[in-house]
Amino acid sequence: MKWLSDDKLNRLRSVVSEPDFSATKYTFVKELGRGGMGTVYLAKDRDLDRLVAIKILNTPDITEDLRNRMIREAQIIARLEHPGIVPVHDVGTLPDGRIYYAMKYVRGSRLDEYSAPLRDRLRKFQSVCDAVAFAHAHGVIHRDLKPQNIMIGSFGEVLVLDWGVAKIREDPRPSAAYQTSDGTVIGTRNYMSPEQARGEVDQLDERADIYSLGAVLSFLLKDQPKVSKTAVAISSKATATAKESRYATASDLSADIARLLDSEPVTAYRENVFERTSRWVGKNRFLVLLVLAYLLMRIFLIFTSRR
Amino acid sequence: MSKPLIGVILGAVLGAIDGLTAWFTPAVRDQLFGIVFGSTIKGIIAGVAIGFFAKKFHSLPIGILFGVIVGAILAWLVAFMQGGYYFQIILPGTLVGLIVGFATQKYGTPATAN
Repeated sequence: MKWLSDDKLNRLRSVVSEPDFSATKYTFVKELGRGGMGTVYLAKDRDLDRLVAIKILNTPDITEDLRNRMIREAQIIARLEHPGIVPVHDVGTLPDGRIYYAMKYVRGSRLDEYSAPLRDRLRKFQSVCDAVAFAHAHGVIHRDLKPQNIMIGSFGEVLVLDWGVAKIREDPRPSAAYQTSDGTVIGTRNYMSPEQARGEVDQLDERADIYSLGAVLSFLLKDQPKVSKTAVAISSKATATAKESRYATASDLSADIARLLDSEPVTAYRENVFERTSRWVGKNRFLVLLVLAYLLMRIFLIFTSRR
Repeated sequence: MSKPLIGVILGAVLGAIDGLTAWFTPAVRDQLFGIVFGSTIKGIIAGVAIGFFAKKFHSLPIGILFGVIVGAILAWLVAFMQGGYYFQIILPGTLVGLIVGFATQKYGTPATAN
């Protein structure tokens, strides 16, 4: 009997696990990553001669519920046409019956791997808030916002990925197959709101995403040498245990980040007189220096004219 | 706040400070009120001119240059009418123009297109 080497076995395993794209216009390139529901592959669209990311369900035995979920995810993302939300190009079925959908392949790095000055990271975070606010305005709650689901493209564009566990508010469709049953915990522990962690699916609203955004902000502030009290206050307000104490909308959170970046007072933090003055002086440093120069010159003239 | 209003406020405040410093010159102390009044009016005139300029032209260096020129000309006129103290009057006047020129370019609501 002849034994196969480990290398050969591994190669065989990878070939077997490769999706069969033979009946589609795509050619398999490589695996990009595995998520809770599906695996994302890099593939080439032969018709348009471009690379795409294709998400396919992990489970070989696909129930009608899972199939519906996949289609629903594709439909959700396709509905959200926004520069901050990864666009869906195509949806279809593989020869083995699995559903796939093709999305834009984003080159760049995940937010948790993105190294840049805090100010730049906060700008990216603001773009994430804007994309999430757009989704909320269309009745979609992401429910799994975390740095790993946020991509920074090569040109600095920000894209929110993985809408697989998204919830549509007031979904008019009667089928329960599209819904997550109450008591089911969906999301990622460190970025999950308390109500989400308790599995209160029916109670979830946009503020669950705001909590996750606050946790993402907290992640961005972590290990930074100089973090202002204001930035910490914004993160704390967004991650308040009681959802009533959080920002009411992602746009409100985005606006507070914009104010923080512009050295304006934020709604999450009440400054004392000293802090307000120091922020104003910091923001108007050049004007303050000019006025000081003027006053110094005045003093100089007073003394010289007295001689 | 509009740019001309910023110019007026800043010009008036700095002009008044400018005038008040005359108190340190005993020879003119008895004319202090007239000096403060005149200096404030000069600051307001400079502020209006620089503020309206900033409303029309959005350029920091040109705005500062315009402020310096307006401040210097107005200060020279005052010094000319006084017949002396050219350096003591023109230097602060020019600097006031510079500050107002900078502030009106940097702050205030820009003019909206019709």
